[in-house]
Amino acid sequence: MDPVAGHRDRAGDAEDVREIIQVIAEHNGCGTSVDRGETACGSRAAQSDLPSAIWQKVKSHPCYSQEAHHHYARMHVAVAPACNMQCNYCNRKYDCANESRPGVTSEKLVPEQALKKTLAVASAIPQLSVLGIAGPGDPLANPEKTFRTFELVAKAAPDIKLCLSTNGLALPDHVDTIARLDIDHVTITINMIDPEVGRKIYPWIFYRHKRYAGLEAAKILSRRQLQGLEMLTERGILCKVNSVMIPGINDQHLVDVNKAVKSRGAFLHNIMPLISSPEHGTVFGLSGQRGPTAQELTALQDACQGNMNMMRHCRQCRADAVGLLGDDRSAEFTIERIMAMDIKYNFESRQAYRTKVERERAAQAAAEQEELSSLASETSDIKPRVAVATKGAGLINEHFGHAKEFQVYELSTSGARVLGARRIDHYCKGGYGEERSLESIIRTINDCHAVFVAKIGGRPRSELLKAGIEVVDQYAYDFMGKSMIAWFKSYLDKVESGEHRHLQRGAGDIQQRALNSAA
Amino acid sequence: MPFKIISSQCTGCSACEMECPNAAISEKNGTFAIDAKKCTECIGHFDEPQCVAACPVDNTCVIDTSLARYKASA
Repeated sequence: MDPVAGHRDRAGDAEDVREIIQVIAEHNGCGTSVDRGETACGSRAAQSDLPSAIWQKVKSHPCYSQEAHHHYARMHVAVAPACNMQCNYCNRKYDCANESRPGVTSEKLVPEQALKKTLAVASAIPQLSVLGIAGPGDPLANPEKTFRTFELVAKAAPDIKLCLSTNGLALPDHVDTIARLDIDHVTITINMIDPEVGRKIYPWIFYRHKRYAGLEAAKILSRRQLQGLEMLTERGILCKVNSVMIPGINDQHLVDVNKAVKSRGAFLHNIMPLISSPEHGTVFGLSGQRGPTAQELTALQDACQGNMNMMRHCRQCRADAVGLLGDDRSAEFTIERIMAMDIKYNFESRQAYRTKVERERAAQAAAEQEELSSLASETSDIKPRVAVATKGAGLINEHFGHAKEFQVYELSTSGARVLGARRIDHYCKGGYGEERSLESIIRTINDCHAVFVAKIGGRPRSELLKAGIEVVDQYAYDFMGKSMIAWFKSYLDKVESGEHRHLQRGAGDIQQRALNSAA
Repeated sequence: MPFKIISSQCTGCSACEMECPNAAISEKNGTFAIDAKKCTECIGHFDEPQCVAACPVDNTCVIDTSLARYKASA
């Protein structure tokens, strides 16, 4: 590309952006109250176990609230290409549109382009509630680009929450700026608190104009991460800690990490499976380091569950992800397409959408609560697992054959507990490879007793039944939460009457295949 | 005078650009390049060349042997 022409394009963007800011400023001036991200309607759906100040912060953040991720979308803008360290599970050179893992992006943006992209997405996707900067390098290794982007967006779209995800090395230097810019969610990736473990994960760091390796690097990194976490929580900034589970290296150790971050005020811990395939060209991928199985991951998450909130609905998204967590739409918003878009950022319609969503969420929560209250007298140790096909909005609204993922829940007399999302390949691909793909879907949800769908074809239905998985379609397009509890009640009745025998099912083949994007 | 970037290995991440004390590094067609006239090998600034230390790809920022080494007194 001719650098001069490129420069001219950017100047053009800046002009567009100024125009948009102008329009929005007029909107804001018309008496609409704009308090960042908080909806006007009441939060009757508030989670009872969270203080209301925290609930206000998380209720529309799809990553911080499992329940919110059905209704709200996030986007990442890839304005931060540089990184200040090397991780053995990361290789940023590789990019493929089908590749979904952190650190990957198809295009880098300058802050002005990032703003335009944010406004374009916000106009097209009313669910958008959060703008995150997560790379593809480390946002805080590119502080100017990162903070400039946040400043532009905060001004133009004050209803969008800002969040960033960092390795923590540079974090203590930027905490005051983070607080000043009202960035109220920060994620730190902490894979160890013991440098002996750290040296197996991080070959080097670049810190204060010097490269450090081995034990020394891991010591500095760990000190900076924990210091940064403490500084953020002292200032009331909500912190999530991400940890990559690497079997044989830090798996057992993550229980200690969990305690350390909990004691320093982290709000949520997200333990994710290592993504490692030789074709990614990462050190772990090339050395044959395996990722965990679903069982290992769930067992570790359960071991930490008593200590603090665990995130189980993470999709390990790209640095340029757009949309609801399970439905990436980044391909619709390339620079080229955005430049051609006529962006009309409509603040009122976005607020109206949120009011509607909050009303819907309250109704869903009330319905689930009502269903649950009728279970109050029941005592049973039976905990069936179910997989749900959903496109979002908290509804059972996806066709079995179109589902890109299933959300897996464990049901008990105390309610529905999310275990995670299992990604799968498209089953309906015009007949191509159907046989194999149906088989692999069944393996993916093989630990489930039932699958909830809006619709399903005859052949998959009979194959699922053959595999011992009940197909539940009588709750099509109904609320997920309420429907699962209603089904659970009838399941318990059937087991009690002897009509059905409850069996412990085998292991799920786990999202590894899709997450690793191997084969 | 002497560091250069092997552009076929450059990921275009810009880490070196931000660290260079001489503002000798800039983007060229998606990857980065060092202006040999401005490079001082970081002598007098830092203990190690910053582009080499910050670069995520080993052996990508290397001494350009076709040019004479930088002399601090020059």
